[in-house]
Amino acid sequence: MGFFARLFSGNNKTKMSFAEKLKYVFTGSEITEDFYDELEFALISSDIGSKTTTLILDELRDQIKDKKIKQTDKAKELLKDIMKDILKKAEGEDLGFPLVLMVVGVNGVGKTTAIGKLANYFRTKGKNVLIAAGDTFRAAASDQLEVWAERAKVKIVKSSEGSDPGAVVFDAISSAKAKNVDCLIIDTAGRLHNKTNLMEELKKISRIVEREMPNAEFHKAIVVDATTGQNALSQVEQFNEAVGLSDLVITKLDGTAKGGFLLSLANEFNIPVRFVGVGETIDDLLPFNADEFVDSII
Amino acid sequence: MGLLSNLGEKLNHIFSKLTKKGKLTELEIKEAMREVRVALLEADVNFLVAKDFIAKVTEKAVGEEILKSLTPGQQVIKIVRDELVELMGGGAAKLEVSSNPPTVILMCGLQGAGKTTMCGKLASLLKSQGKRPLLVACDIYRPAAIDQLKIVGKTANVEVYSESIKNAVKIAENGIAHAKKLGLDTVIIDTAGRLHIDETLMGELIEIKKATKPTEILLTIDAMLGQDAVNVGKEFNEKLDITGVILTKLDGDTRGGAALSVKAVTGKPIKFCGIGEKIADIEPFYPDRMASRILGMGDVLTLIEKAQANFDAEQVKKMEESFRKNAFTFDDFLMQFEQINKMGNIKDLIAMIPGAAGKINANDIDESRLVKFKAIIQSMTPRERLNPDLIKASQKKRIAAGSGTTIQDVNQLMKQFEQTKTMMKNMNSGKSPMSLFGKRKF
Ligand SMILES: Nc1nc2c(ncn2[C@@H]2O[C@H](COP(=O)(O)OP(=O)(O)OP(=O)(O)O)[C@@H](O)[C@H]2O)c(=O)[nH]1
Ligand SMILES: [Mg+2]
Repeated sequence: MGFFARLFSGNNKTKMSFAEKLKYVFTGSEITEDFYDELEFALISSDIGSKTTTLILDELRDQIKDKKIKQTDKAKELLKDIMKDILKKAEGEDLGFPLVLMVVGVNGVGKTTAIGKLANYFRTKGKNVLIAAGDTFRAAASDQLEVWAERAKVKIVKSSEGSDPGAVVFDAISSAKAKNVDCLIIDTAGRLHNKTNLMEELKKISRIVEREMPNAEFHKAIVVDATTGQNALSQVEQFNEAVGLSDLVITKLDGTAKGGFLLSLANEFNIPVRFVGVGETIDDLLPFNADEFVDSII
Repeated sequence: MGLLSNLGEKLNHIFSKLTKKGKLTELEIKEAMREVRVALLEADVNFLVAKDFIAKVTEKAVGEEILKSLTPGQQVIKIVRDELVELMGGGAAKLEVSSNPPTVILMCGLQGAGKTTMCGKLASLLKSQGKRPLLVACDIYRPAAIDQLKIVGKTANVEVYSESIKNAVKIAENGIAHAKKLGLDTVIIDTAGRLHIDETLMGELIEIKKATKPTEILLTIDAMLGQDAVNVGKEFNEKLDITGVILTKLDGDTRGGAALSVKAVTGKPIKFCGIGEKIADIEPFYPDRMASRILGMGDVLTLIEKAQANFDAEQVKKMEESFRKNAFTFDDFLMQFEQINKMGNIKDLIAMIPGAAGKINANDIDESRLVKFKAIIQSMTPRERLNPDLIKASQKKRIAAGSGTTIQDVNQLMKQFEQTKTMMKNMNSGKSPMSLFGKRKF
C-alpha cells in the first residue's frame, strides 16, 4: 500500500479533515484575497509555520500573475508544485552497507518504535541486522527495545540501566564485526536539544563508531514527531550542530497532524527525509515520498 | 533565538512613527497586531485561536491611554501579555480531593506525551504532601510500559499495582479495590498513549472513566505540540470531560503556544508543568511566565513592571519638560542615574532583556562607572550643572580632584552627556526618558 492510500485507510481521518478545510478553497471560482486567506489557514494549520507559508504564498502570487491564472482549481496545482519543489530537496539517495544508523531525537518522539520497524524493514530486505540498546537512562528502555528486537527477529546488545551508553555501543560494534552484520542500529535516550551535556554524550557515541568502524556508512537519523510545531526546526538545528544529521524520520503521521514543518526544514537544511511512521505496528513504516506528502496536505 | 527580542523591537519600530501622542490609534494597533500575530503563530498558537485573540486585544488597545512610564510598544506588549495571562489563568495548580476516598486521578494523552513520567512526579508530590498514593499500570499495549511505571514507582517510593491481563478497565477497577484494602487515599491511573481519533482506544478511556469515577482527569500535553493541539484538546475533552491539563517538557526551548490553544478549546485549567526528567521536576503552572514565553519576551515584562513601579512620575515629568525645552542639564542626567539605581542592579536588569545579552557588552554597563559619574556631577557647581559649556579645562581639573577621579573620567562623562542629549532630542516620542529597548550605553 502506498503512502497516500495508507493515509486514507483504517481509522485515519487526516486526509478528510484537510480535504474539508480546503474544499471551499479550490472550488474553481475566481481568485480573491479570501482565497489567499483560506490558503494561509490551511498551510499554517499543518504546521508549515508563518515564515515558510509567506514564502510559499508569495511565490504562488507571483506565478499566478505571470501565468495569468484566474481560477482557483488551477492555482491549487500550482501551489502543490511549489510545495513539491521545496520537498524534492528532501528525498535521499539509497543507503549503502555496511551501515551504522544512530537514532536520535527528543523524548517520546518514537525513536525506539521506529528502530523496531527499521530493523524489520532491513531484515526483510535480506540484511543481517543488530540493535544496540544505547538508552541506558530511561526506565525500562532496553526492555522495550528487546520486545521490538523479538518482533523484528533481530539480535540485540543491551546492558543494565544506568550503565555507560558508550560501552554498550562499543560492545555492539565488537559483536557486529564478529558476526558480519550489515546494519547496526543504535537506540539513544531521548534528550532535549538544548541540554548541552546530553548532546555531548551523543558526540561521544559518534566518536566511538567512527573510530571502531571507519569503513561503515555512518548515518545519524533524527526522529521528529509529526505533532510537533515550530520547535521541530530548533530540534533539527541543534541535533545537526551536535552530531551532523544525515536523515530524518517523521513519526505519528497517522494522527491529524501533518508535519508541515518538513517544508521549512527542507528549505533550511539539506537533510533527506528517509521514512515516515504511520502507526504502532511493525509495518507502519513507509519510505518518504514528496508528492504523496503534499497530496496528503492539500 | 532571534525571534525573542524581535517582537519588542518590531513594535518599537512601528511606534517610533507615532505622531499623535497620548493615545494608541487604530492604524498603529493594526500594524502592531500583525507582528503579534506572527509571534503567536511562530509560538505554535493555533491559527484560529490566534485570530480570536488578536480581535479581542485590538478592541482593548484602541484608544487606550499610554502610561507615562512606557513606550507605546511596551504598552501594547503589556496589553497583549495581560490578556494572555488572563486567558491561561484561572484555577490553581491544585488537585481536587474526593469526599469518598480514594481520590482517583486518571491520566490520558497522546503517545510519547510523558504520562508515565508525570505519574511518578505526581505520586511523589502527593506523597510529600502527606498523601498515600497508589500507581495503577493500565498501559497494556506499549512494550515495557508496565516495567517503566514500576521503576518510576520505585523512585517515587510508591507502590505500583499491575496485572498481566489484557483488560485495562479491569486492572483499573482492581487497582482501586487494592487501594481501598490498603487504606491508600489516592489512585493515579497511567494509561496508554493514544490518538484522539482512535475510536477503540478512546472508547477504552470512556470505559475506565465509567468504572473508576475519577475526581481528576488530566490531559497530558507535550509543550512542543503544534497546531494539532486544538484537535487533541477538543477530542479528549469532548469524550472525557477532562478536569485539567498538564504541560510536559517545558525545560526545552519551545515557546509553548499549545498551552494557549488547549486552554482556549477546553476551557480547563492547566495545573502542572513538567520541567525535567527527574522525579522532582514538576512545578505549578504560572500563566504570567507562560505568557512571556509565548511572546518570546523573556522577563522583559517584569522589567517593564519594575520600571513602572519605580519611576517617580513627578521627576519624570520634570525631565520631560527639560527635553521639550531642549534644556537637558547635568541635574537631569543625575536624576536619570538615580532612577536607574532605584530599579536595581543594572546587570540584572539587562539580563532580563531577551537578546540583550549578546548586544550589550557587560563592560559597557560597569556600575562603578555610574558611581563615578554621580560623584563627578556632584562636584560640579550648580551653575556648571545647568550650563555645561562653562566646563573648560581648568574646571575639569577641579572637578576631577573634587570627585576623586581623573580628567579622562570627566571627559568621558561629558561625552556621554552630549550623546544622551542628542539621543533625547532624537527621541520624537518623548514619552520615555529611558529607552529600555534602546542600544543605550552607560
Ligand atoms: N500513533 C503512532 N504512535 C507512535 C508512532 N511511533 C511511535 N509511537 C508511539 O509513541 C510512543 C513513544 O514511542 P517510543 O518509541 O517509546 O519513543 P522514544 O522516542 O523511544 O521515547 P523515549 O525513549 O522515551 O524518548 C509509544 O507509545 C509508541 O507506540 C507512530 O508512527 N504513530
Ligand atoms: Mg526510546
